[in-house]
Amino acid sequence: MNDITLTINGIGQEFNRRTIFRDLTFTISSGGSLALTGKNGSGKSTLIKILSGLLTPTKGTVAYTVKGTKVLPDDIKSAIGLVSPYLQLYDEFTGLENLMILSSIRSNGSLTTGRAEALLDRFGLAARRHDFVRGYSSGMKQRLKYAFALLHAPGVLLLDEPTSNLDAEGIEIVQQVVVEQGKAGILILATNDEGEAKWCSRRFQVA
Amino acid sequence: MSAVSSTVALFSKDVRSELRTRYALNALLMFVVTAVATILFALRADQPSPTVLSGMYWVVVFFTAMSSLSRIFVSEEERGTTLTLQLVASPSTVYFGKLLFNTALTVSLTLAVTVLYTLVFSEFFIIQTPSIFFVTVFLGSLGFASAATIIAAIVAKANTRGTLYPVLSFPILIVLLMTVMNATARALEGEDFSEAMGDFQILVGYILVMTGGSFLLFDYVWKD
Repeated sequence: MNDITLTINGIGQEFNRRTIFRDLTFTISSGGSLALTGKNGSGKSTLIKILSGLLTPTKGTVAYTVKGTKVLPDDIKSAIGLVSPYLQLYDEFTGLENLMILSSIRSNGSLTTGRAEALLDRFGLAARRHDFVRGYSSGMKQRLKYAFALLHAPGVLLLDEPTSNLDAEGIEIVQQVVVEQGKAGILILATNDEGEAKWCSRRFQVA
Repeated sequence: MSAVSSTVALFSKDVRSELRTRYALNALLMFVVTAVATILFALRADQPSPTVLSGMYWVVVFFTAMSSLSRIFVSEEERGTTLTLQLVASPSTVYFGKLLFNTALTVSLTLAVTVLYTLVFSEFFIIQTPSIFFVTVFLGSLGFASAATIIAAIVAKANTRGTLYPVLSFPILIVLLMTVMNATARALEGEDFSEAMGDFQILVGYILVMTGGSFLLFDYVWKD
């Protein structure tokens, strides 16, 4: 799903009468990358959840359009990849099984074992692909989340704390992913790290 | 077709997950054995009436189901995989996938209880009209699963999951329990199949209302 445009218009979020943020408005199209910055508790992760369709904002609208046509919320999920600390994979399955099972639930019939193995190889997990995820380190789990997020070649990639738990090699791979996604689709990352924010062409302060 | 294949894929994932983790199976088996053994010791040589027997049969099924059926959503919540499922599957896929799993689990449970009852109470647990008994067991399992699935989805979001589940379930399941106990007593007494038609109509109505209502409600429950 290429040529996607994401428009958020005046969105706000409240939890238990506490305002997290209000009146956020921006637009981003394919070939763009955006860094969401802001202090702890400013609502960066909440905004990522809203953009991925996991949370409905209290106010305002989030709209995805493909070539000018609005896409339904259920359809856009197949075009979104998400890496986030609150997104977990199944400990009782192996890395490869996780990718194949989640892909079959997503109805991505075109996924082959070869594609899943290629992604695991890219993120340095090829040798451990038949190991149960419960035996993975936190850094390996983060790498597996990237393989899961990129499995269906998403048009929109959302990253929350993108380099959390990763070593230098892992961070380098993520940087490559960010650059590639920023050219081919939409990339939005939420971070407090100045270096990570510089990977993106635009910056948006959440407050 | 893709919605059906997604539902089957989710069901298959839950079966494989259950076989590896034994979240529900172990609790289910232990509860069935303990409950049937307790009834055996309590009865000793007394011969209970078919009504009492069918009541005890469904009491075992009810409490065992309560200890295991809620795991289907609670385990996702505890492992933090709820959001992952929300990302890859539509609410209807999740609902029907989980309903399918809970139905399979309840059918297995009722069959296990039936086998145990037949072995342990061989002298007086004699199914004289098998057709009534097996239709009741099938419809009862489906009814249990349809109610238990939506209650499990609601309870998984709460802090006091353990106590809330049976408390919420009992008033919803009481109609089902009374009907299946009545139909099972008919099977043990050897009544004709046609005499149980009224009970079956209630059970089918219950399943349709519960499944339809749950399907409409599930979107709101699942998206929190």
